[in-house]
Amino acid sequence: MRVVYVDNNATTMVAPEVFEAMKPFLQGQYGNPSSMHAFGGRIHKNIDSARESVADLLGANDPQEIIFTSCGTESDNTAIMSTLRSYPDKKHIITTKVEHPAVLNLCKYLETAGYRITYLSVDNEGMIDLNELKSSIDEDTALISIMYANNETGVIFPIEEIAEIARARKLILHTDGVQAVGKIPFKLTELPVDLLSISGHKLHAPKGVGALYVRKGTRFTPFLIGGHQEGGRRGGTENIASIVGLGVACRLAKKTIKEERTRIKNLRDRLENTLLQHIPRTRLNGNKKNRLPNTSNIGFEFIEGEAILLMLDEKGIAASSGSACTSGSLSPSHVLRAMGIPFTFVQGSIRFSLSRYNTAGDVDYIVKRLPPIIKRLRGISPYRAS
Amino acid sequence: MWNYTEKVIEHFRNPRNVGEIKNPDAVGEVGNIICGDALRLTLRIDKKTDKIIDAKFQTFGCASAIASSSALTEMIKGMTIKKASKITNKDIADYLGGLPNEKMHCSVMGMEALERAIDNYRGVPTKKEMVGEEQIVCKCFSVTDKKIIRAIKENNLKTVEEVTNYTKAGGGCGKCKPEIEKLLQEFWGKEATKISRPKKELAGKKSTNLQRIALIQDTIEREIRPQLKADGGDIELVDIDRNKVYVKFLGTCLGCPSTGVTLKNLVESKLKEFVKEDIVVEEVKE
Repeated sequence: MRVVYVDNNATTMVAPEVFEAMKPFLQGQYGNPSSMHAFGGRIHKNIDSARESVADLLGANDPQEIIFTSCGTESDNTAIMSTLRSYPDKKHIITTKVEHPAVLNLCKYLETAGYRITYLSVDNEGMIDLNELKSSIDEDTALISIMYANNETGVIFPIEEIAEIARARKLILHTDGVQAVGKIPFKLTELPVDLLSISGHKLHAPKGVGALYVRKGTRFTPFLIGGHQEGGRRGGTENIASIVGLGVACRLAKKTIKEERTRIKNLRDRLENTLLQHIPRTRLNGNKKNRLPNTSNIGFEFIEGEAILLMLDEKGIAASSGSACTSGSLSPSHVLRAMGIPFTFVQGSIRFSLSRYNTAGDVDYIVKRLPPIIKRLRGISPYRAS
Repeated sequence: MWNYTEKVIEHFRNPRNVGEIKNPDAVGEVGNIICGDALRLTLRIDKKTDKIIDAKFQTFGCASAIASSSALTEMIKGMTIKKASKITNKDIADYLGGLPNEKMHCSVMGMEALERAIDNYRGVPTKKEMVGEEQIVCKCFSVTDKKIIRAIKENNLKTVEEVTNYTKAGGGCGKCKPEIEKLLQEFWGKEATKISRPKKELAGKKSTNLQRIALIQDTIEREIRPQLKADGGDIELVDIDRNKVYVKFLGTCLGCPSTGVTLKNLVESKLKEFVKEDIVVEEVKE
């Protein structure tokens, strides 16, 4: 059966070029780059080259600003914990209600450990209020951690303006860039964030590798304490194959981002507009304009997301939902709830997230098969438009 | 992804008896859109025989909610009201070859809709109208104490997590979890006293030997040793035999004339207080 994969904010396909580049390091070239002998030591240049590729995609000044980690979550945890340890007298963190659990749950944990957290609210389009951010800052604030783009709605936060506010108050700014890097261009030489997290498997590298950008001059305390790897900033023998993979993935992204950004946006817009126009009682969740080009979150009124997903799955379409039943908890998505999406829509919200491997044919396939599914489930539902 | 049985998937994909009976003899409605699932059940009943001739459902919810509703209508068609009133959520889950634990509330929803429909047929005020007597425990999902206790009783639930899986209570903000814990303790406490005589004696003891020993050790560590140590003495637990606790005094306690008094006053009284009234302390001397 044909598989139409439109769940790329969850994870992406490993690019064939990435896989090819990784192979030698999973087979013959198993040496440890820290070794004195050439068999291991020569591998170091592959890490260096991957570091340059990541820095290049981010538009960073210096490859040394990149630390390889094991995942986006580790990057987020490192950024936050490093800052707190570097400023031990400060006990206040500002973040948002719609962060990924890697930030949100760490903050909830820190609350139990004596930290004060401000969770900025969002409006019904998922945007934060910069005045609320400004008024939340006080003498005790150690860090602002705000995601670059939201994983569920694709909504992009005004990081440039946030960075200005942080800079004016001499505060460290961390941004979770996991969903944004590889989808939209970055130029960190002109965007003054101090720390930025990325995850390999969201941009066609494998799972199990991530990176943290640490701007030169930012105080840093390691999270994983161990050997001298990563300039003493992250202990643990390097995951060579995956780091090489991430490097290649970043090079591919850099090369294709300009065209792909427009092409994917056009596909997404056609998918979105067709569904919104042809299926009654649907709504777009999130700000239409300030959004990642690949993400569309659509609410279908009076039906439940898990049922929609399973019927899509039967047709080979892989998407995701913010409904309670699919989130593994009994409450629907914290992001959609924070946005105040009407209850009649929130349980039936579906996220479509595209990648450069999606085609016009995929969009045709979905727009043909989804409307009958919605109609069928609405036929079962006791709720109707009054 | 949920581990649904083939039967759940089959009923989800091909639900039986979807729709609404016009001018039904009974209607049962449960849940609401905020909770994430809702079910409306309509029945056609032969008033001479009290038999359910036809049943139809409309469900808002996930795959297991739709499958549970479909299964319920299949089960009750042809049944008398009396027989149908005995159907439990477990029967619905069993009919489907089981449901994932986190999804058991879908079968509870089926059972409740059926009950309401039967009440409606019999002209009994529905549970919804009686909510005044009940206390809402979980505000997020509007779950009452009565519903929680019933789920505890019928499904032998022992933990808050299980209660959440079956009733949703505690699954939202989680603030009511201590109250659910209290309901569990109250229920199982009551149940324990209801058990027949020989078991009652056992329950009267309230703790196993192992728990009693641990409690004695803990009391000595926490309540007695620090006091003796402050005076340069110490105590060692030698043995425990039923209600007799054998201890040895060390340090300055050794040969102290007031040992006898210390023994009775401090150690015994503390153990009586924290462990059990009938404890007798005996000193072991070298």
